Amino acid sequence: MTATETRERIVGRAIKRREDPKLITGQGNYLDDIKLPGMLHVALVRSPYAHANITSIDVSRALAMPGVVAVFTGADMMDINPMPAAWQAGGVKNNAVTPRALAVGKVTLVGDPVAMVIAEDRYTARDAADAVDVEYEPLDAVVDARKAVEPGAPQLHATAPNNVVFEWECGDQAAADTALASAEVVVKEPIINQRLIPTPMETRGSVARYDAATGEFTVWMTSQAPHVHRLLLTAFVFGIPEHKLRCIAPNVGGGFGQKIFCYNDMAFTMWASRKLGRPVKFVEDRSENYKYSTHGRDHISEAEIAGTRDGKITGLRVKTWANIGGYFSTIAAGIPTTLYGRIINGVYKIPAVHVHVTGVYTNTAMVDAYRGAGRPEASYLIERMVDRFAAEIGMDPAEVRRKNFIQPHEFPYNNQLGLLPFDSGNYEPALNKALETVGYGDFRAKQAEARKQGRYLGLGISTYVEICGVAPSAWIGANGQGWGAGLWESANIRVHLTGKVVVTTGSLPHGQGLETTFAQVVADELGVNYDDVEIQWGDTLGTPFGYGTYGSRSLAVGGVAIKRSADKIKAKARKLAAHMLEANELDIVFENGKASVKGSPDKAKTIGELALAASVAYDLPEGMEPFLDETSYYDPPNCTFPFGTHISVVEVDPETGHVDLLRYIAVDDCGPQINPLIVEGQIHGGIVQGIAQALYEGAVYNDDGQLLSGTLMDYAVPTAAMSPHIETDHTVTPSPVNPLGVKGAGEAGTIGSAQCVMNAVIDALSPFGVKHLQMPATPERVWNAIHGG
Amino acid sequence: MATITVTVNGKPHTNDVEPRTLLVHYLREQLNLTGTHIGCDTSQCGACVVHLNGQSVKSCTVLAIQCHGAEVTTIEGLAPQGQMHALQEGFWEKHGLQCGFCTPGMIMAAADLLERNPNPTDDEIRHGLEGNLCRCTGYENIVRAVRYAAEKMAVPAGD
Repeated sequence: MTATETRERIVGRAIKRREDPKLITGQGNYLDDIKLPGMLHVALVRSPYAHANITSIDVSRALAMPGVVAVFTGADMMDINPMPAAWQAGGVKNNAVTPRALAVGKVTLVGDPVAMVIAEDRYTARDAADAVDVEYEPLDAVVDARKAVEPGAPQLHATAPNNVVFEWECGDQAAADTALASAEVVVKEPIINQRLIPTPMETRGSVARYDAATGEFTVWMTSQAPHVHRLLLTAFVFGIPEHKLRCIAPNVGGGFGQKIFCYNDMAFTMWASRKLGRPVKFVEDRSENYKYSTHGRDHISEAEIAGTRDGKITGLRVKTWANIGGYFSTIAAGIPTTLYGRIINGVYKIPAVHVHVTGVYTNTAMVDAYRGAGRPEASYLIERMVDRFAAEIGMDPAEVRRKNFIQPHEFPYNNQLGLLPFDSGNYEPALNKALETVGYGDFRAKQAEARKQGRYLGLGISTYVEICGVAPSAWIGANGQGWGAGLWESANIRVHLTGKVVVTTGSLPHGQGLETTFAQVVADELGVNYDDVEIQWGDTLGTPFGYGTYGSRSLAVGGVAIKRSADKIKAKARKLAAHMLEANELDIVFENGKASVKGSPDKAKTIGELALAASVAYDLPEGMEPFLDETSYYDPPNCTFPFGTHISVVEVDPETGHVDLLRYIAVDDCGPQINPLIVEGQIHGGIVQGIAQALYEGAVYNDDGQLLSGTLMDYAVPTAAMSPHIETDHTVTPSPVNPLGVKGAGEAGTIGSAQCVMNAVIDALSPFGVKHLQMPATPERVWNAIHGG
Repeated sequence: MATITVTVNGKPHTNDVEPRTLLVHYLREQLNLTGTHIGCDTSQCGACVVHLNGQSVKSCTVLAIQCHGAEVTTIEGLAPQGQMHALQEGFWEKHGLQCGFCTPGMIMAAADLLERNPNPTDDEIRHGLEGNLCRCTGYENIVRAVRYAAEKMAVPAGD
């Protein structure tokens, strides 16, 4: 068996993805591709008003149309509960008002569904939806979180006076007040993190089938977390045992957070399939996705940073109003609290910090996690404020950063904001690498020269840190974070009689290439051929429980669960080999896919031979059960804290306000990379979403609560021509938290980028006296900043 | 209802369609060619791009009856069964896709681009694909994938 002896490690290699052949040939299987015999189609009747009482619904015209099977309203579905609130966070005033399957009595946002039409085909369903007559009594609406808490503002929910969902704080208020009061320099700035629409290219939907004979539901769903959806839908919405629901996520066309949450369509397709005895499909169109599926960010903050004239930061005080939308989405309160306030210090040692957050209902789409989820809001705020501070004291922004970095020897580092200590970090090498790549040494001279010619160049630096794989469950439970469950992951590995390895995972890849990455890990751990490892996911019937894929947690938590299952397989294989080779178990070593006797490499059994022996079970050691089949439940001891430096160079045209992004350099550190090709792809995509926030995107409501950016015609998702060439590099600082040393890479690009571009734009505009600019830096906004409009 | 005959991926199909049926729905619902995707409702995203008589079109903006007598190529028919087009290879080699939802439309649009401009610059690739949105890749690897295909297609057959 020389094949395994000579096999090279596959971890760390940029191999192309095993997921791709079916996806590039049109053989993928996304939700809307699913067709079941007898399947019916749903079209929704949605509120055109942002805030209104429903006075009557007349379905008779719709019901009479040929091809229409049924029309239901919220009143028909009072036998199921509203959608669950799974993360109420500390400070929620027990007033989480979640949507029902269909709105009852009142609507609180444009697009709130009030009736569902079910027909034989989707065209008929849509026609009939237009024939449902709904009368509304319109109410005043409010879309701005700060206006919504003012006296006299329209009130959305009786249980939430002044529309306040929660008041939350972290840090030391007295210390922050003292630091600010006694500081040599204080800079205050309103910081707005605008509302964004995640925009996975595949919209959301569900297909539900009910089997009356067994009382079991099967639901195919666009989901990042099918096991969680099974739990929430059964235990909280339907009140049935978990095993009566099987959730399947097929290929998922991007998520970016929007597909984490438990949505009403999952419930109403289930309810209707049981009622009608036929499978029911609902797929939202893009404008429905924009109106009703979750949005991200939407913070209004007042930030104050304090420091000394020689560049030491001494305090930070932040007040934030976080827009939650018309209802409370699944984990809405966790994002602007734990994942934001507790990391607000960024990569800096700041002795006195206080953050206060008010969560607010408004007549807008629900706001929940969007790529980065809280950490982009935090890193944008601190990185803008550090640049403001540097400008105020006239110091190089790179130098201010250096002066305040947490130093390598200070890890594990406790930022005193309620997290477990930052695991590891070495911030300066990443900064130096990025500065060197951009040619920082002579940039300022070039910039000065260009200005003489009327050209306005700017350079922006962002040094970020973030939180991945939120854990451990005991910390989440003990610290009043309000998350309704732990956050471990599990995995099973079976080595079949033929030596083929099947891994099942509760993680849910939807573009991250986890099948490839996980197979690389397992192939090396067990010393088997990469092609002999199969990764299965997505079906709650065939996979162990998992909390799903978000928060850049699937390698650092899900992947480690797989590694631990492989460790258990190896332990059993060693024991079996000792028996077969008539050796002491302590003398058996497992390397390169075989168990051999220490010092006698010829006395060996391959993993294939051991799998066969374990499977036929003719001769097993005393007490050993047949088969190589092991499951692990992995609850990490801490989060991981990836970091990096991004630098961008822009040129602003003072005549038009147009921003040209000339260079984008990213030096990221996510620990060791299992597959550098995939890591780089994650970084690229994340960065363009952050650039999009800085320059292009913004969900805009008018004062009546109409979504003006309601389609892709109006909401500026960047094209290839609007996106820059990206130069990537990395440093490697392993995490001591897990045995793979990995940290996470899915969101880092987004967390590092928006402020990077804004710092560059504002640097370019500094000759015009511009100190801050809100995002997105559209030509109009930039022009007005230059020309004082 | 109207009866249409359309040659799709080299094979003739005769079907009854409602006059208002969109080409993308005809392909997906009646012919079960679900590789062509729908990502928007305003002809912005390009997930539904197919070739109609050799030119790329957004199949959400073409009626099925307009295709009577026409030839349509979808992602499923871009390369002969069991083979890959240079663009499909390029997207695989260069990690030009993540979730894969935009990819069929992106590849079909890129195929049309390379037909018109066999040796595009990076800038021409970026502008040539402006009608197709991708939310995962940031486009960097899509540009690399198209360049890979252009280079491969430039090599004369047999080399």
